[in-house]
Amino acid sequence: MISPGMSYYTPEQQNTAAILELRQVNKIYKSAGRELQVLKDIDFSVSRGDTVAITGPSGSGKTTLLGICAGLDRASAGSVILNGILLDGLSEDERARLRNDYVGFIFQNFQLMPTLTALENVMVPMELRHRKGARTRALELLEKVGLAERADHYPVQLSGGEQQRVSLARAFSNQPALLFADEPTGNLDEETGERIEAMLFELNREAGTTLVIVTHDPELASKTSRVIRMKGGRIQ
Amino acid sequence: MMAWLFKMAWRDSRRNLGRLFLFIAAVVMGIAALVAVTAFRDNLSRDIDTQAMELTGADLVLDGNSPPGKGTNALMDTLGEERSFERSFASMIYFVKDGGSRLVQVRALQGNYPYYGAIETTPAKAAKEFRDSSRSALVDQTLMLQYGAQVGDSIKVGALNFLIRGALHKVPGQTGISSTVAPVVYIPLQFLEETGLTKIGSRIKYRYYIKFANPSQVAAVVKRLEKDLDKYGLDAETVASRKEDTGRSFRDVNRFMSLSGFVALLLGCIGVGSAVHVYIREKLESIATLRCMGLKARQAFWIFMIQIGVIGLTGAILGCLLGTGLQYLLPYVLKDLLPVEMNMRLSWPAIGQGLALGLLVSILFSLPSLLMVRHVSPLNAMRISFEPAQRRRDPLLWLVYLLILLFILGFTALQIGGWQEAGIFTGSIVVAFLLLYGLSRLLTWLLRRLLPERTGYLWRQGFANLYRPQNQTMVLMVSVGLSAAFIGLLFFVQQVLIKRVTIAGGPDQPNTVLFDIQTEQRDAVAALTRKYKLPVLSQVPVITVRIDEINGVRASNLAKADSVAVEKHTRLKAAPGAPKQEGGGRRGGFQEPPGRAFNGELRVTFQRKLTSAEKVLRGVWRGDADDGRIRVSLEENYARRIHVDVGDSIVFNVQGVMIGTVVGSIREVNWARMQTNFRVVFPTGVLEEAPQFHVLMTRVPDSKVSAAFQADVVRTFPNVSVIDLKLVLRVLDELLGKIGFVIRFMAGFSMVTGWIVLVSAVLVSHAQRNREQMLLTTLGASRRQLLVITAVEYFFLGMVATGAGMMLAVTGAWGLSRYVFQAGFEPSPLAISGFFMVISAIVMLTGILSGGRTWKRK
Repeated sequence: MISPGMSYYTPEQQNTAAILELRQVNKIYKSAGRELQVLKDIDFSVSRGDTVAITGPSGSGKTTLLGICAGLDRASAGSVILNGILLDGLSEDERARLRNDYVGFIFQNFQLMPTLTALENVMVPMELRHRKGARTRALELLEKVGLAERADHYPVQLSGGEQQRVSLARAFSNQPALLFADEPTGNLDEETGERIEAMLFELNREAGTTLVIVTHDPELASKTSRVIRMKGGRIQ
Repeated sequence: MMAWLFKMAWRDSRRNLGRLFLFIAAVVMGIAALVAVTAFRDNLSRDIDTQAMELTGADLVLDGNSPPGKGTNALMDTLGEERSFERSFASMIYFVKDGGSRLVQVRALQGNYPYYGAIETTPAKAAKEFRDSSRSALVDQTLMLQYGAQVGDSIKVGALNFLIRGALHKVPGQTGISSTVAPVVYIPLQFLEETGLTKIGSRIKYRYYIKFANPSQVAAVVKRLEKDLDKYGLDAETVASRKEDTGRSFRDVNRFMSLSGFVALLLGCIGVGSAVHVYIREKLESIATLRCMGLKARQAFWIFMIQIGVIGLTGAILGCLLGTGLQYLLPYVLKDLLPVEMNMRLSWPAIGQGLALGLLVSILFSLPSLLMVRHVSPLNAMRISFEPAQRRRDPLLWLVYLLILLFILGFTALQIGGWQEAGIFTGSIVVAFLLLYGLSRLLTWLLRRLLPERTGYLWRQGFANLYRPQNQTMVLMVSVGLSAAFIGLLFFVQQVLIKRVTIAGGPDQPNTVLFDIQTEQRDAVAALTRKYKLPVLSQVPVITVRIDEINGVRASNLAKADSVAVEKHTRLKAAPGAPKQEGGGRRGGFQEPPGRAFNGELRVTFQRKLTSAEKVLRGVWRGDADDGRIRVSLEENYARRIHVDVGDSIVFNVQGVMIGTVVGSIREVNWARMQTNFRVVFPTGVLEEAPQFHVLMTRVPDSKVSAAFQADVVRTFPNVSVIDLKLVLRVLDELLGKIGFVIRFMAGFSMVTGWIVLVSAVLVSHAQRNREQMLLTTLGASRRQLLVITAVEYFFLGMVATGAGMMLAVTGAWGLSRYVFQAGFEPSPLAISGFFMVISAIVMLTGILSGGRTWKRK
């Protein structure tokens, strides 16, 4: 019997097993007394170091699926195993700890803290982990995304592309095992978008992180090693 | 982790410091008002404590209205180690050189009083020397200045001339204002009889000042002598009781000021509550992002809790600084009313209380919004509009609401000194809150359903802003409504109080009163008045009586029970200084020390008809006692005070003769009318033969006639006193002006706080609108169109919230006037409409001006 939060695999299996595994996941929202099934019987797994794109039309359940995979939301039924840990039944704070330990995020609208400088935004995940040398590492990452000289600028003083580069640096700051990107280039022009994509894949390769991208963009999806297509809440 | 939370709190707040300080501006004002009032109270109480011995001038003061008999003298011989004796009364004196005459309080003194403190005179030795065998007097220095008199001149007191030996600066226990109304003249007691002013009917007070070798015995002595003192009609005053009385007379001013300060603080609380609510709502996305990165719910909570705590503490510190500055202003304004010399010092308890309260209210009133932070889902970072932060049914939230209620209840009880009043006050706030909340819900519901499709776009958009998602209707409605209600309430109550202490004047009102007229002098005095072509506006007899029994219960027993009951009831009454009416009538029943209503002297009259200032409320007035039953009429407040009504029986002791009466009617008396009014009126045919004096009222056209008339009265009837009401009115006017200033100042303080809350509530809510306005601009909306949309939204909201607030204010002011201040309340339609327009306009203008960046954009 496996309890929530316990390692799902034996130590021997841990290295070879999937970093993310979904089994018969369903998600139902209740709104105004009506039930709306957003995800139906989702089953898939992602191997370590893999790059996966989840695509599909609007309303197909991509973002909901991403939220459940990353432990932001709970499945109505089924199980999610992230880095060998069963998420079912974990409390919100336990899932927060898990996210801090293993997960990185990139958002469509960047989601930088408006009251923090670029440097401080990158430092936050490391500070949450009491990691030493957070400042040095954050500066290194900003250097990598070409924003070392803008380290003390606030988000409002940065362009969209620059904000997303800060967001990339933040996502990799904690050396996550798994990185989730929700439409990472959706708010950017084509040229900037391409630069961000290139940077994302390069950082990912260097860090050996598993990457899960939700996107509309077939071109971005084609750059991943695997594409999961969603329609009407199901995997096609 | 705590260090990191502090770091994050600082990082998060540093870009919002300006806004956060606006949030606490209201707290600063509230704390400042409270600290000023508390510090003033502390200082006053300390100064009364340290100067109490100088207020009485002796360890024990006994006073009565009868000349000392054998028993009294024998009793005095047993008391203390040293005694002084004083007889005092009101009389006219005549300045021989100047020819002017003036009503003064003559004090004929024998002995070495005061034993503590000093009678301050120029020259200083005069205070001792006037008591030697020569006929000398000490005269109030202001009076000497007024009549151009100097040391060495003479005054005539009754039939005797006295040499002015010194100018009197200060008498123990006398306030600046009382010396102006009744200036003191000291003469040696040994010459009193020769002045001829001690005839029966003169109202003389007999006072014994006693010094004990061991002052700690005084309380025991007074207790032991209780029965004797009762028997000889003597009241005892000790240093301790004087301290208590002095403190009590200032408690009312303090209560009003404390209440104003508390209202200012409550407004600050509303400000904090609504501002933090909006502040947190704007932070939801950031919190959600942090939650994605692994921030725990309680960590998120602490990041904002630290910010609010630090800002609250800063506000409290600023408030304490401002309040400490203000405390020095109050004694300056009130100096003529103060019985003691104020030595203002920093009051650390007041500062400590201010700091603690500032921090407490900032946190407590932020908690409902802060708790929301714990429920922010990380999903909001991705789909903010899809799944907003939910409050759910958080049990902690209900606990916080309970704590807020308990805080308001507890603190109100502390400020106004009674749980019942505090309960009513807190209940009223809850009802007001619920009404405003319900109104905001109703408004959004109605607008959503009833706004016609055909309404022009700009109006529709403006109104729609009131019910669309992310609207601030509820927060603004509650904060603007409550602020308007508090501002209005304080204004109306202030009007009631100021009206209460204002005396009606007018061309037909009397301005000169002649009293102590003996029955045999009555017609002659009236003739003299007419000789000067002055009207005799009224001439009434005055008889001094005491209550002996009410419904068979002895007055002394009722007085004892009353002392306990009055302590509970003398709360929250108006500022002191309600004019004392000639003829013995005091306004209402709550203006005197406990028990006095039952065992004190009453001045009554008899008449056949009621005057135009009197109206029978219950029972029937009958002007004679022909059927053998004596039906007296009682003034309504006095009747309530002594717990009697129509049909009850009262036995009066009319200078030794017991007269049984029945309460035949209860009257309403217009005390504001300048005429002789009485608490108790007898019918004719009962008191005609009782020892009495008469009061005559007239109107003198100018000061020249007044001086000649007064001089003639003093010459012809030395025992008759003349009060120049113009002078008294002017002094009272100054005094009331000062009290009015304090009331206005404190109320104004709260009003400013309310305005800050109002402005900050509108300002913070506008952040929600900025993004939409930019979007509309992008879509081609002109600045004029944006202006109309904003004006419609805020004007409508301001109008409804202010309207509701005004209704609450009028209801509250009516309740307070009727049940607490026991005064009539007639709201001025002009003031209500003025407030309504001004506050609505402020809300609208603040809404428009807060979008300054949008209007400047071309």
